[in-house]
Order: sequence, then structure tokens, then C-alpha cells
Amino acid sequence: MSLPFWSQAGEIARADLRSESRTGEVMAVTIPFGAVALLLIPFGIGTDAPLLRQIGVGIYWAVVLLFGMLVALRRSAAEGPAQRDLLGLLGVDPAARFAGRALSTGVLVLAFEVVLGPIAIALYDARITGWAWLILVVPMVAAGLALLSTLIGSIVGGSGAAPALVPFLVAPLAIPMLLAATQSLEGLRLGESILAWLLLLAAMDLVLAIAGVLTARPLQEVR
Amino acid sequence: MNSTANLVELRDIGVRMGRTPVLRGLDLTIEPGEVVGIRGANGSGKTTLLRLVATLLRPSEGTGRVLGAGLTDPARYEIRRQVALIGHVPALYDELTLEENTKFVARFCGAGAERIAEVLDVVGLTEARTRRVRECSAGMQRRAEFARVLLGNPKIVLFDEAHSGLDASATPLVEHVIKSVVAADGAAMVVSHQEDRTAPFTDRVLELDQGRLWEAA
Repeated sequence: MSLPFWSQAGEIARADLRSESRTGEVMAVTIPFGAVALLLIPFGIGTDAPLLRQIGVGIYWAVVLLFGMLVALRRSAAEGPAQRDLLGLLGVDPAARFAGRALSTGVLVLAFEVVLGPIAIALYDARITGWAWLILVVPMVAAGLALLSTLIGSIVGGSGAAPALVPFLVAPLAIPMLLAATQSLEGLRLGESILAWLLLLAAMDLVLAIAGVLTARPLQEVR
Repeated sequence: MNSTANLVELRDIGVRMGRTPVLRGLDLTIEPGEVVGIRGANGSGKTTLLRLVATLLRPSEGTGRVLGAGLTDPARYEIRRQVALIGHVPALYDELTLEENTKFVARFCGAGAERIAEVLDVVGLTEARTRRVRECSAGMQRRAEFARVLLGNPKIVLFDEAHSGLDASATPLVEHVIKSVVAADGAAMVVSHQEDRTAPFTDRVLELDQGRLWEAA
């Protein structure tokens, strides 16, 4: 008997999130560091309020990207070879494993975004209209970042390369995502249409999801 | 596959890790009901052999079948569920309790709450079931792995250092797990440095030396 795909993914994600809820690595370690990064950057720039307001959105997304990557890395490192073997022998579909891992990472990155959002707004005095669009933008960025980090983590893990390579591979590939996220919020601030940027985010999420699912089996078997 | 067919058949198998040969010209046949002991020095390739039989590694040379599936065929994905591997390092989630780990496996095996309680009782973890893995001794973690084997009803069980972390009182438990697999026409491979503890239930012992397998004297 084999569990349906999404049940398998759900089990993996649930185990990951339950572990996270007990270690509190993201909530207790990464989020405070992210908040401190947001707090320190204005000191480096100065007290030019209009400038801070203008670049605040970009800084927020850059911090999300950097720390989101860290979240994904920590989750990838949490799974050792013995657990990978176990999942293989339990007959877990590698694509479901990818989906489950991306799902749990996405939830954590989303939590990171949601907690840091109000901090960024308060610190940078960001004035955004069209708040409702954030309900789409924020989860789409979280999903994209989670999918990208999980995929690159699998490739690096599968090839036996050093985990230190992950940020160097994730960062350049995440640039279109960072651009789309920043421009979406900038568009909202200026009251312009952000449809093109949303489509870019959606396309990236879709391409990453397909790439992750299609490469899951070969990447698992290469070990 | 009928029940009398060999469960494991390896012919002239070679495995290389990078350029280093780990297994060389290895032949092995395991029939239903057999318990095979494997001994060998550190680095002799015992763990590699177990992972190969579990189909988690592909051979660099030679051919082989496990439960009727070729070692490089896609069919091997289907038979993996019938293979249990208990390795050096416990395959447990450190932050989950022993019971949560068992439930995690049970979901994939299709086992219910009653069966989970039953196997935890068999391995002696009923009282400790709410402890997180990282708070448990190596012996308790080993017992949780045995619970996983019992839940999965595998046809082949592979032990890497079967008694690792277990005191002498747990020897009957190892024997029980092996017997439960073998009784259902399954087979077991037991790697152990403590031959005196595995000898009572192995049908034959093979020696792995520099990647080659010999019938032990």
C-alpha cells in the first residue's frame, strides 16, 4: 500500500515542522537575526528618512532572501544520510519528499516574512497602498525561495559538493525573484499595476516546482 | 517472484567510491529463511554491501537481483519497501518522540495505532515512548529501529552491528526481530563485530576482506 503523493509530502513537512517547533531554530534564532539586520542597516545609511523609505522595501526583501536561504539550508542539513536511506526504503516518492521539504521550508520562510514585515514597515516608514496584493506577493516569494533552496540543496547534496556552494548557487538564481518582489511593492507604493511582476513570480515558482519534481528521482539515486 | 527463489543474488559485483574499489568480484546468494552473518575489519566494505543489498547503491560492475528486481532496474524502487536496513546511525528524527518516529514510519507502512502500541511493547519502549530521541540512550534508539522493522514486515532485514548500544538482555529481542522476518520466508544479513552474540542465530558466516567475500572458517 502506498500513501498518495500529497499525503507523503504532508508527512515529511509535518515531521520537519514539528522538529522546528521544538528546536525553534527559525523562530528563536533566525528571525531575531533578521530583525537585527533590518535595525542595523539604517545606522549604516544614516537618518535620511526619504532615502530609507525609498530603499526600505528592497532591504526587506534582501534580508528575507539571505535569511530565507539560511532557513532552507538548516532544514536541508537536518536530514542525514540515515534518514535519506530510511525514506528511500519506506518507498517515499522522491518528488513527494521534495514537495514536503519545500512545503515546510516555505511555511518557515513565510513566518519569517510575516514577522519581519511589520518591523520593516515601522523602521523604514514604508507607505504601501493596495495591501491586499501582499496576500499574493508574500506567499509567492516564500514558495519561490523555498523551492529554489530545496532544489539547489538537493543538487548539492546529491552531487556530494560542499554545502557552502548553496548560497552561491541560490543567490544569482533568486535575483529575478528579488527584483519581482521589490518591484511589486514599489508598484503598490506608487499605485501602479504589478501584474507583470506577479506573473514573473508565478512563472518562477512553477518552473522551480517542475524542475524539483522532475529531478528528484535522479538526484536521490545519484547518492 | 515465487517463495523458493533466491532473495538475493549478486554476481561478480564491484563497487567503487570514486577511484577506490570497496567491493570486488563479490558473489552472494541468500535463500528464503536464511540468516547470514558478515564479519570483517573496519573499512572492509560491510556497510557498502548492506546498502547495495538494500538497493540504495548501484554496483559499478557485475549484476544482481534483490527480491527479483535488478540492482539497476527501476523495479528496485518497488521492492525497497520490503527491505529494512538498520545502520550504524539511527534513522530517527531527533526532535520527535520515539512514538512519533514510529507513527511516522507506520503511516508509510499502513499500520494502525494498535499495531504501533503492540510493537512498542515488544521492543520494550511503551513507557519511554513519549521521550524525544535526543534524550534517549543508544540502546533505546536501537529498540525504536527494531520497532520500525516489525512494523514494516520486510522480506529482508539488514543489520549493521545488530547489537550496537544494546546490553546482553536485548539479545533475545534481536533474535525475535530476525526470527519474525525469517519465519515469513524472509532473510536476514547481520554484520557484527560481536560474533559470539550473533552466532546462535546465523546459518552461515561470511568474511569480508578487502572487498571480497569468503566463506568463514
